Amino acid sequence: MTDNKTILSLKNLEVGYQLKKKRLSILSNINLLLKQGELVCFMGPNGVGKSTLIRTICGAQKALSGAIKVNSNNLNELSANDLAQTISVVLTDKVSGGNMSVKDLVSLGRYPYVGWNIKFSSEDIEHINKAITLTKIEPLADKKLYELSDGQLQKVMIARAVCQNTPILILDEPTAHLDLNNRVEVINMLSDLAKSTNKAVLMATHELDLALQSADRIWLAGSNDPIIDGFPEDLVLNGKIDDVFELKGFDLKTGRLEKNLGKGSVQLKGDGHTYLWTKNALERHGFSVENKAEIQIEIKEGDQLSWIVKNKGEHSVSTLENLIQIIKLPE
Amino acid sequence: MDKKYTYKLFLWLPATIILLLLINVSLGSISIPFSDIISLLIGGESTKESWANILFNFRLPKALAAIIVGIGLSVSGLQMQTLFRNPLAGPFVLGLSSGASLGVALLLLAGVSVSTLGLFDLTGWVVVIAASLGSGLVLLLVMAVSLRVRDSMTLLIIGLMFGSLTGAVVSILQYFSTGEEVQVYLFWTFGSLGGLSWNEVSILSIIVAIGILMSLFLVKPLNALLLSENYAKSMGLDVKKARILIILGTSLLAGSITAFCGPIAFIGLAVPHLTRLLFSTADHKILLPAVAMTGAIIMLVCDIVSQVPGSDMILPINAITSLLGAPVVIWIILRRGSMRNSFAN
Repeated sequence: MTDNKTILSLKNLEVGYQLKKKRLSILSNINLLLKQGELVCFMGPNGVGKSTLIRTICGAQKALSGAIKVNSNNLNELSANDLAQTISVVLTDKVSGGNMSVKDLVSLGRYPYVGWNIKFSSEDIEHINKAITLTKIEPLADKKLYELSDGQLQKVMIARAVCQNTPILILDEPTAHLDLNNRVEVINMLSDLAKSTNKAVLMATHELDLALQSADRIWLAGSNDPIIDGFPEDLVLNGKIDDVFELKGFDLKTGRLEKNLGKGSVQLKGDGHTYLWTKNALERHGFSVENKAEIQIEIKEGDQLSWIVKNKGEHSVSTLENLIQIIKLPE
Repeated sequence: MDKKYTYKLFLWLPATIILLLLINVSLGSISIPFSDIISLLIGGESTKESWANILFNFRLPKALAAIIVGIGLSVSGLQMQTLFRNPLAGPFVLGLSSGASLGVALLLLAGVSVSTLGLFDLTGWVVVIAASLGSGLVLLLVMAVSLRVRDSMTLLIIGLMFGSLTGAVVSILQYFSTGEEVQVYLFWTFGSLGGLSWNEVSILSIIVAIGILMSLFLVKPLNALLLSENYAKSMGLDVKKARILIILGTSLLAGSITAFCGPIAFIGLAVPHLTRLLFSTADHKILLPAVAMTGAIIMLVCDIVSQVPGSDMILPINAITSLLGAPVVIWIILRRGSMRNSFAN
C-alpha cells in the first residue's frame, strides 16, 4: 500500500459561531488528516455539527480556534481565488437557471482560472471535456438543467466540481433525495474519482451501508467526544458506530435490521435466494425460522414456484403473500 | 459564442430596432410622408420646413428615449432577477421607484404648491432632481443595509419594506393635498417619454451607458450567482462586492430613468423572461445584450401604440407597457411551456 500524501490537516480545531459576544462552540478538539486519493465519509447524527465543520473547511465561515492547513499553508491566508483552486464543493443549495445547459454549468468550474470576460483557453476546454468524461455525463452535455432528474443533476454538479481541478473535493450529503441506483452510482463515482485523479474526497453522508462499502476512512462525530477517525470496519467492530448512532435493532453481524419476532416459529425447507427471501418475508411478519418447528414450509422450485404448508392444514400456494396469509390464520 | 445566437444578436435584433425606429419617427399627430423622413434623416431637406423641427426636436428624442428606457430597465431587471434568484424581481424591487415617487410627491404635494411655481413643467429639471434625490436616498439606505446583511433574500425583503414605507408617506401626502395637486402627481406616475430635450436625453444616455458598462463587467458573478451565493464564493468570487456593484448599477439605470420618464412598469420584469424564452440560455454573456435589445424593441412598439397612430391622442406609456406586454408574455408562456423551466430549476 502506498502512503498517500496528506493534503489537509486540522489541528486543535474548534468550530462554531461567534454571535456578538456570545461564543457558541459546536465541535472542538478536532485533529484530523485528509490524504490524497482517499474517499472519506463524514458521518454523525443530524445536528452534531457536520455542516458547520464542512463550511469551516471550505472557508465559508471562520474557525473559533485552531488551524486548518492545506499542504503547509494556513487556509485563512489563501486568497479567495487560491482557495477556489484548492477546494471545490458540491452543496445542498438549490440551483436556479433551469435554462442553463449542462456544459455551461460544468464550465463554471473554470471560473477561478479565467478573467472577467470568461475567455476559455484550450486548456480550459480540455478540463471541461475531461470532467464530463470522468463523470460519464456525455449524453447529458447538451441538455438543459430543467430536463434533468435529481440523480443526473447531482452528477452534473459533481462534474462542475471536478472541472474546478482542485486537490480537495468536499460534498455535503450528495446522495440525499436519490434512489438506490443513483446513490450507489454516485458513491462509486466518488470512490473512483479519488483513485483516478488522486483527489482527497470528503463527503458528509448518512448512508451507513454505502459508506461501509466504499469509504477508505470514516470520520465519526458523536455528541460529546472528539471526532473519531478510523478504518470503516474497525469502527463497526469496536462498537463506535453503534455508540454514535445508537442503532436500534441493527445487526452488526449481518448488517441488517433485526426484526421483532415472536409470532411463532416455522420450519423452512429449501435453498438459494428463494429460501432467503421466504425467510425475509416470514421474519418481517414476526415468524422466526427454526430447525424444528410444528408448522413446516417446503419450497418447490419447478416450472412454477410454489410453497407447500404442512401442519396448518395442507396448502399449496404460488405467492409469498398467500403463504403469509395462511400462516397468520388463527388456529 | 454559439453560432445560433450570433445571427439573432447581431442581425435580427439590431435590424428590428432600426426598422421600428423609422416607423416610430414617421408616425405622429402631424403626418409627414415617409420619403421626407428618410431624406431629413440622411441630411437632406423636407417639403415643409416645420417638419424638420418636429422630427429632430420632438420625435427623434422621444424615440431615442424609448430605446434608452427599454435598454436600461430590461438590463436592470435581469440583474435583479439573477441577484435575488427570484422571477418576480424587477428594477424597482428595492424601492427605487417608490423613493423617486416620494421625491416628486414631496415636491408637488407638500413643499411648493403648484401655484407658486406657476404652470408646472412636469418634465422640468425640478422634477428630475426631486425624483433623483428620492431614489438616491432609498439607494443609500439599501446600500447601508446590504453591507450588513449576509444574504440577498433579507435584502429583498428590506427593499420591499422601504417601498411600503415610502408608499405610505406618499399616501399621507396625497390625503392632505388638493385634487389639483393629486392630479399633477398622478400624471407623473403615468410615465412619459416625450418632452425630453436633447440635453436631457444625452444626460440620461450617459448615465444609462455607465450602468450598462458596469453590467458587462459583472457577467462572471451573475453567471455564478445562478447556482447560489455559496457556490459563487466557492469559485473564488467576491459575492459581497458583486452584490453592491449590481445594486449600484441597477440603481443608476432604474433611478435615472424614473427621474426623467416617471415610473415605467412591466418592462424590467417581463423583458428578461421573454428574452430567456426566445434565446433559451442562462449565460449572461448572451443574455445581457439580448435583453437590452429586446427591451429597446418592446419600448419602441409601446411608444408607437401609445401615440395611437392616426389620431391626436397620446395614451400614458405606463398603461401601454402593461396592456401590450402582459398578453404577449401570457401567450408565450402558454405556447412555450412553463416560465419556471427557463428560470428556476
